[in-house]
Amino acid sequence: MKGLKTFKKGGVHPPGNKNLSEDKEIRNAVISELSVVAMSQHLGSPAEAVVSPGDTVREGMLIGKSTGFISGNIHSPVPGTVKEITDIYLPNGMTSKAVVIEMAGEFDRLGKESIETAWEQLSSKELIEIISSNGIVGLGGATFPASVKFSIPRGKKVEYLVINGVECEPYLTADHRLMLEKADQIIEGIKIIASIIKPEKLAIGIEINKENAISRIQEAALKADLPLEVVGLKVKYPQGDEKQLLKAVTGREVPSGALPLEIGCVVSNVGTVHAIYEAVVLGKPLIERVVTVSGGAISNPQNLKVRIGTPIRSLIEECGGFKKNPVKVVVGGPMMGFTIYDLDTPVTKGTSGVLALTAKEVRGSAQTACISCGRCIAACPMGLNPTTLFKYIDHSDYVSAEEIGLMDCKECGSCGYVCLAGIPLIQGMRLGKRMLRTKKVKS
Amino acid sequence: MSDNNNLLIESSPQIKQFDSTQSVMWSVSLCLLPAGVWGAWIFGPRVIGVLAASIIAALVSEAAMMYLVKKNTLKDGSAFLTGLLIGFNMPPAIPYYIPVVASVFAIVVVKWTYGGLGGNFMNPALAGRVFVFFSWTGPMTKWTMPHSLAAVDAVTKATPLGYVKSGLLDYTGSANGPAQFLVQNGYPHTVADTGVTSWLNAHLGLHLSNGYVDMFLGNIPGSLGEVSVLLLLIGSIYLFIRKIITWEIPVSYLVTFSLFIWVFGGTRFADGSYFSGDILFHLFTGGIILGAFYMATDMVTSPQTRKGMLIFGSGAGFLTFLIRIYGSFPEGVSLAIILMNIFVPMINKYTKSKRFGVEEKKESK
Repeated sequence: MKGLKTFKKGGVHPPGNKNLSEDKEIRNAVISELSVVAMSQHLGSPAEAVVSPGDTVREGMLIGKSTGFISGNIHSPVPGTVKEITDIYLPNGMTSKAVVIEMAGEFDRLGKESIETAWEQLSSKELIEIISSNGIVGLGGATFPASVKFSIPRGKKVEYLVINGVECEPYLTADHRLMLEKADQIIEGIKIIASIIKPEKLAIGIEINKENAISRIQEAALKADLPLEVVGLKVKYPQGDEKQLLKAVTGREVPSGALPLEIGCVVSNVGTVHAIYEAVVLGKPLIERVVTVSGGAISNPQNLKVRIGTPIRSLIEECGGFKKNPVKVVVGGPMMGFTIYDLDTPVTKGTSGVLALTAKEVRGSAQTACISCGRCIAACPMGLNPTTLFKYIDHSDYVSAEEIGLMDCKECGSCGYVCLAGIPLIQGMRLGKRMLRTKKVKS
Repeated sequence: MSDNNNLLIESSPQIKQFDSTQSVMWSVSLCLLPAGVWGAWIFGPRVIGVLAASIIAALVSEAAMMYLVKKNTLKDGSAFLTGLLIGFNMPPAIPYYIPVVASVFAIVVVKWTYGGLGGNFMNPALAGRVFVFFSWTGPMTKWTMPHSLAAVDAVTKATPLGYVKSGLLDYTGSANGPAQFLVQNGYPHTVADTGVTSWLNAHLGLHLSNGYVDMFLGNIPGSLGEVSVLLLLIGSIYLFIRKIITWEIPVSYLVTFSLFIWVFGGTRFADGSYFSGDILFHLFTGGIILGAFYMATDMVTSPQTRKGMLIFGSGAGFLTFLIRIYGSFPEGVSLAIILMNIFVPMINKYTKSKRFGVEEKKESK
């Protein structure tokens, strides 16, 4: 197809492997007897548990309260009893308080007909309040609280609302399935967001490897009479990053260190849009999400609608377990996801996928010295020089690294993916950024 | 399902592309193999001895340095490749100690005094070759005739480039180009060359002198690995397909070189006019194909960005032309590339990629 848009600078083409699960309809996952609900599932400060061991909770009841401007409410995914409040490891290696709930009693929503409420009369403020109280965060991966994103500061005007249907991470098909199966709801969700932030133009970016989703969304928008520009994009990683998406869709570049609002844009992921629809129209808090369970080691890859707090082990079991020995179990996509060691790690709001990868899929080889091939420079979508950054960081020269743009790095993993020498570039970037942040806090 | 306690914990990205330093080094070595076999075929089995000497010397030097710095770098294949390339740049009849000295110099001095793989600023194989070239110029310029030509003439003879260079010193003859000059002076060519050339002239309407087919296939004296343009090109196609080398350096190198040859290359001949240089002759002789595809593309010693690679390749092409046409040596590839190697840090400095979302200078629409 000609005339497809994409971002210009950098990017890589890892094998997509989406065929493993893209034709599998979203199924409700078996609900685990024990749910482990982390209090830190979003960007910002962790929620504070408002239940104690022994308490009875109902499905969708508030169990963790937002503790600041950038924070989020957490709700019980199941009815039951609070067994304990404990410390757990999150997939990214951080620790978090978690409420452990033993399932018991009756579900308030599951299996019951949901009632639609009209929202058109509600003000922006009321809608934001609903989104905030239902704990909606960005489901694309960053888990930034949605209510904060849509609270547009006075004086700023939104020109573009761009919906992110790119799903550029290999293997993941959760957003793809959602667009196919819940197109009408997504369109309704876009209307809700549009009524909050009042953009001049609406667009959705979808990569061309999801052609059926492009036409499905087009149909749904036409049916709902929504002037939504559906933009087909060339397949290229990391197009799902908001900066690359905006470059591809609007041609504008978000300035270094700034937010999309700086260029009059707001970006929201299709999963988030769907969650907003459920919160506003159905009054449903964010207690479940679609997770792609895939990878060469999984017997039967699937797209599952999973309650937050479900142990990853139970998802893998539901997909038939391992058919081959995995060398890595990844939470998230293969480019930005985290490896886990403990399969009892629970699903959080940011879990877009669970991948069990074989050695053949992971590849990689022994680390050698950098041979200056320049592939990382060509791959970096931010126009950075990863190998030089890594050298500075390796020599603890964080200030020089900052001068050549370390803070622009989004850890998309393109440089690490192409590195011939197997240098842990992203690990270096993370270390460098952390050192700079702690230094700034100190001074 | 039992717990798998061998799960890896690694930083993202969790997947890697197929290639690695090792696979690149061994792939390049593999692609050179056909041209090496051709060398052994036309110059005789001694070629294998020369290659073995240079490769073993390179590996032993690498192992010795590894022992000193307590690293294991033998597997990455870079020392093997350096040894192989040094062998490729030797005349077939070279005494064995010369490639050995070249390899030891390349590995110990050029590569490891800067910290080993990735640290050197000059291509080790070329620096090694240049070192022994100036140390033993006699044996380094004594060329064996290929079997296919030896019957017609002596056992040793100058390369086509060398023959033309010395012949042009005080030239007053009537030849309009190097190939014609060779034919007029009775430079030998094979029966196959005569046959194919006349077929080409008859069927494609060309006016080729005899000799081009021999040069293209490698039926000429020269360094043992550089003569077969055909096989070197076939190897490079594989490297392109695997994306181990990119087009920027070889193309800018050959285009710049050809352009200058075309403009100025004909001025030393009978009609002495500009824009009459013999591009084909200069591409098919000497080490330019080996240099442009296999040596100038060495990742360690070439620029990192696309723009930088184009500057680097063009510079090497221009310098090769200068040395070949106006210098005192018949050949200029090695010197041109290592001279450009010296400029690489500067090229890198001035060809940084533009950062996303950062205005560097005013952009006009």
